[in-house]
Amino acid sequence: MAEAKVIQGGPGTRGQRRGMPRPKVENPIGILKRIMGYVFKYYSLHMVVVVICIFLTVFSSVQGTLFTRTLIDSYIQPMVESGSADYGPLLAAIMRVALFYLLGVAATFVQQKVMIYLGQGTLKRLREDMFEHMESLPIRYFDTHAHGDIMSMYTNDIDTLRQMISQSVPQMLSSAITIVSVLASMIVLSIPLTVLTLVMVAVMLFCSAQATRMSGKNFVAQQKNLGDLNGYIEEMMTGQKVVKVFNHEQLAVEKFDKLNEELCQSAFKANAYSGALGPINSQLGNTSYVICAMIGGAIALSGSVGTGFTVGALASFLTFNKSFSMPINQVSMQFNSIIMALAGADRIFRLLDEKPETDEGYVMLVDSEKKDGEIVEADHHTGHWAWKHYHKASDTTTYQPMEGDVTFNGVDFGYTDEKMVLHDIVLHAKPGQKIAFVGSTGAGKTTITNLINRFYDIQDGKIRYDNININKIKKKDLRRSLGIVLQDTHLFTGTVKDNIRYGKLDATDEEIIAAAKLANAHSFIKRLPEGYDTMLTGDGGNLSQGQRQLLAIARAAIADPPVLILDEATSSIDTRTERIVQDGMDKLMSGRTTFVIAHRLSTVRNSDCIIVLEQGRIIEQGTHDELIARKQKYYQLYTGMQSETA
Amino acid sequence: MLKTLMAQIKEFKLPSIITPICMIGEVICEMVIPVLMAGIVDKGIYGGDMGYIFRVGGMMVVIAVFGLFAGLGGAYFGSKASTGFARNLRKAMFDNIQTFSFSNIDKFSTSGLVTRLTTDVTNIQNAYMMILRMAMRAPSSMIVAMIMSFIISPRLASIYFVAVIFLGIIIGFVMNRATKYFKEVFEKYDLLNESVQENVSAIRVVKAYVREDYENDKFRKAATNIYNMFVKAEMNIVYMSPVMTGTVYACILLISWFGAHMIVAGDLSTGNLMSLLTYCMNILMSLMMLAMIFVMITMASASGKRIAEVIEEKADLVNKENPVMSVPDGSISFDHVNFAYNRTSDEPVLKDINLDIKSGETIGIIGGTGSAKSSLVNLISRLYDVTDGSVRVGGVDVRDYDMQILRDQVSVVLQKNVLFSGTILENLRWGDPNATDEECRRACKMACADEFIERMPDGYDTFIEQGGSNVSGGQRQRLCIARALLKKPRILILDDSTSAVDTATDARIRRAFAEEIPGTTKLIIAQRISSVQDCDRIIVMDDGQISGFDTHEQLIKNNVVYREVYESQTGGANADFDKPQ
Repeated sequence: MAEAKVIQGGPGTRGQRRGMPRPKVENPIGILKRIMGYVFKYYSLHMVVVVICIFLTVFSSVQGTLFTRTLIDSYIQPMVESGSADYGPLLAAIMRVALFYLLGVAATFVQQKVMIYLGQGTLKRLREDMFEHMESLPIRYFDTHAHGDIMSMYTNDIDTLRQMISQSVPQMLSSAITIVSVLASMIVLSIPLTVLTLVMVAVMLFCSAQATRMSGKNFVAQQKNLGDLNGYIEEMMTGQKVVKVFNHEQLAVEKFDKLNEELCQSAFKANAYSGALGPINSQLGNTSYVICAMIGGAIALSGSVGTGFTVGALASFLTFNKSFSMPINQVSMQFNSIIMALAGADRIFRLLDEKPETDEGYVMLVDSEKKDGEIVEADHHTGHWAWKHYHKASDTTTYQPMEGDVTFNGVDFGYTDEKMVLHDIVLHAKPGQKIAFVGSTGAGKTTITNLINRFYDIQDGKIRYDNININKIKKKDLRRSLGIVLQDTHLFTGTVKDNIRYGKLDATDEEIIAAAKLANAHSFIKRLPEGYDTMLTGDGGNLSQGQRQLLAIARAAIADPPVLILDEATSSIDTRTERIVQDGMDKLMSGRTTFVIAHRLSTVRNSDCIIVLEQGRIIEQGTHDELIARKQKYYQLYTGMQSETA
Repeated sequence: MLKTLMAQIKEFKLPSIITPICMIGEVICEMVIPVLMAGIVDKGIYGGDMGYIFRVGGMMVVIAVFGLFAGLGGAYFGSKASTGFARNLRKAMFDNIQTFSFSNIDKFSTSGLVTRLTTDVTNIQNAYMMILRMAMRAPSSMIVAMIMSFIISPRLASIYFVAVIFLGIIIGFVMNRATKYFKEVFEKYDLLNESVQENVSAIRVVKAYVREDYENDKFRKAATNIYNMFVKAEMNIVYMSPVMTGTVYACILLISWFGAHMIVAGDLSTGNLMSLLTYCMNILMSLMMLAMIFVMITMASASGKRIAEVIEEKADLVNKENPVMSVPDGSISFDHVNFAYNRTSDEPVLKDINLDIKSGETIGIIGGTGSAKSSLVNLISRLYDVTDGSVRVGGVDVRDYDMQILRDQVSVVLQKNVLFSGTILENLRWGDPNATDEECRRACKMACADEFIERMPDGYDTFIEQGGSNVSGGQRQRLCIARALLKKPRILILDDSTSAVDTATDARIRRAFAEEIPGTTKLIIAQRISSVQDCDRIIVMDDGQISGFDTHEQLIKNNVVYREVYESQTGGANADFDKPQ
């Protein structure tokens, strides 16, 4: 893994970690369209229902608002003036409005309910698509993206997106409909007052834009400061014991105070500006209301004959005036959160647009058996595997036994095209041979093994597996034929049994126990509280390093692959456990072609071929005895160590 | 908990008081305006009095301006108070963590502390702002609107009264049910994300075993499960909005109906009817707001509890009164020492340890995992306190020293060592802030770190990334040793600090120690026999006890544990090919 870590630490990746200001959304409309496209793809019917419901809701509320006018103008005023006490027409009118209201309430209910399915359903699909796509991405993607950033898409970005889909979008939609319909009603009532209201709205929008801009700027600063502080805290908490040992508490506090103060300042400004938005808008709304009342009052009083602008109309207009500023206020409040959601969506779509691993291979690995001296495909597990080779030109299929012969021919490789890390690698592993790689950190040992299973593709040269170019083999079959025990053991949440079964999904319990026994894991598993059914959580955090390695060996053993790649652990586990692990590995290696990144003399000495790497080149190659006889680098390494040890 | 948190408001008491006052001011303005509006309609328009309209209208503008300032004041002081409060909380926690002893640190996980310092504080900050701005506003808005309605017409206002009680009950009921469901969902949601995390970090395993489809199936099942749970939880609150609007509508209709009767009877003016309808929204919205505040406080209280835990945690190692301020020499003695990490546990980690180490000796310590090697040395610089017996440095019980003096003189290179983001020089100067470049270079030379530092493009000014991720394990260990050397301690402890350094370099470092700092007592914990066999004496630890304390030659002869380790390693199993020079 050492090489991979180097890339992760390389330039350009760490800088993008949390804490940097959120990137500006380049194409907000495009992203919004894409989100809506996503929603429509699966939930077009739901969406139609939601839109209809929002229409009905707005319609009923506008009807209700209009009712104030009718109530005063058509019912109360005539009754006051005529002195009659016939409440029949009023009752009928109220019943009619009640119906509208009922409709509105029902529509709200339906909308909310449908929205749950739509919102959660979209997120579920998005989550699944993200995960599925992520699984298909090449290893390179994981090298160049901080794991924290990937995770943050599943948590933060998805959450802000959920808010946007289930709250902001319907809110905006209903605001837009309200604005349009209220505007229409206002125009009908009085054009001059409408113009006046619009002027006030323009002022409101201008002020909101300013406040939003300022708070937005400070929110970005706050995010950055929060990220800085977060990073610092993380660093200090991880190194807290070192801080203590070095009496560094005072200095740690001083730097913390500085970062803390910066965060406080930007958070204060961001909140103050965004908090100012509400009062500014609502008081501007009130002012607009007052001005309309004054001017409307003047019009209603002076020209009530000519304009037909009644007191009731004024009352309604004023209600409209209020219901006009409200949606505008809401839209401006939603603005920041929508921008945030779009930025998150942008990151998610970038993940989805990432190119998956390609697989142009066509040679397949199949179970085989011999019939009349010919190798044929078997429909059951035979323990023998063959490469199924389909020849397009002659439309024939040939079978070739799988043996585990691997050759490298002039292979060059670099994580980027600019910088090669492996040069002209030539080697040949015959079936059943054990090949050991030795060399210093960064010499390219792990990299070579990552090429065999095509975690990375080579720039030049050829790698052949049983004389087939590995590019022609289907990736999934190629990887199935290779067992890997990595230096960092990764286990999954689940039982011990589940974790071993990971190597062969249809393994029986007996096979699992047999594999565990082979890997020397059986005895410790038996002593676990629930034996093979013990739950492992948090990457097997409740097991020791050695035990985790034993499980990884058992997992590889049950897969029973013909070719094995082993990365011996260097971590300091105690001698007794180490011997058990070593013994498990030895048993696993017997009879298989094995590539081992070796750290132990015994492993190296027993290898059929030792490959000494330095700075991406093979500098020596041969058996232990041959290399010792040559008295070069390997000899130096070996004797240097012997004199130290003995 | 509340008291602990409140104590951190400190200099932000004034803004914390001003904010609600501002909010009340804003509420009063909002309430007065409809009354004035009613006056305009009634007296101004129907009375045909333009003068009145302008007079009262002017007054309203003045009040709106007043309301604006009250609102802005609320925003300003509210942010000031809440962000300041948050700052103080973070500082209180961080400061207290700095006083923590190792056992305090062990109690909290690193990620737990980070969450407490960030997410939890942000939750409290938001809740505090909400409380300051809304907790006064919402009830006062509701009460004022209610009073106004009662003044206009007690009969009509009683409709609101009934509506408020009705809604209050419904909201309480729904919230109560929903919080339970949501808590459950979010726990499951965390699990889902954990499994994503697992896949991200183990992607090589997934790909190597071609288990993409398997993982996809697993994830799809989990995602579907979450989907169902979310839908179920949200279905609980789906009634809220329709019930709310329905109640508002019902109120409007009832007020209209009865209001119309009263107007016809001459008991109510049309203006007053309009005011009443405005109050309707005010009252019910405030109620909704109150419910939200309630939920927010419930959610924040969990965060508050976690924060209070950190602030209230008492450091369990403190300086004695009138501590000893100098360490006379580097001798170490253990006198019938028992030690357990947890005072109540019956199984001690170290059992009856007796040791005498002379100043300037080089001592090796060897033993299997869990044999308590680290625990043993951690007692010397008083990173933990003994359970029984005493540990003496320079003839003085370590508990009698000033801790800072003691730790300056007993320099430990921890097993889990870290570098901090900053240049190499900055990292080195943790050992001695006043060290000259020359001194730093000398320390690096002793630790065999000079060779690779000088090969780096920026040499000693090379920037170390967080956690030292841009240097290899062996390089990191050597830098940590150099850093510890700069303290010029009387006692130097290396806790398995050369495990990633190749044997030849390891030997060179030990040789340098012998030549350059002969007077310093050196304790070296190692897995490799080769790292300790030249030591003056070697302590063999076995299961919390000293199984042998003698020279290499004697131990080979007399100590079974030692001989076993020795034989297994010289059998050629443990030499290290990884980092040759």
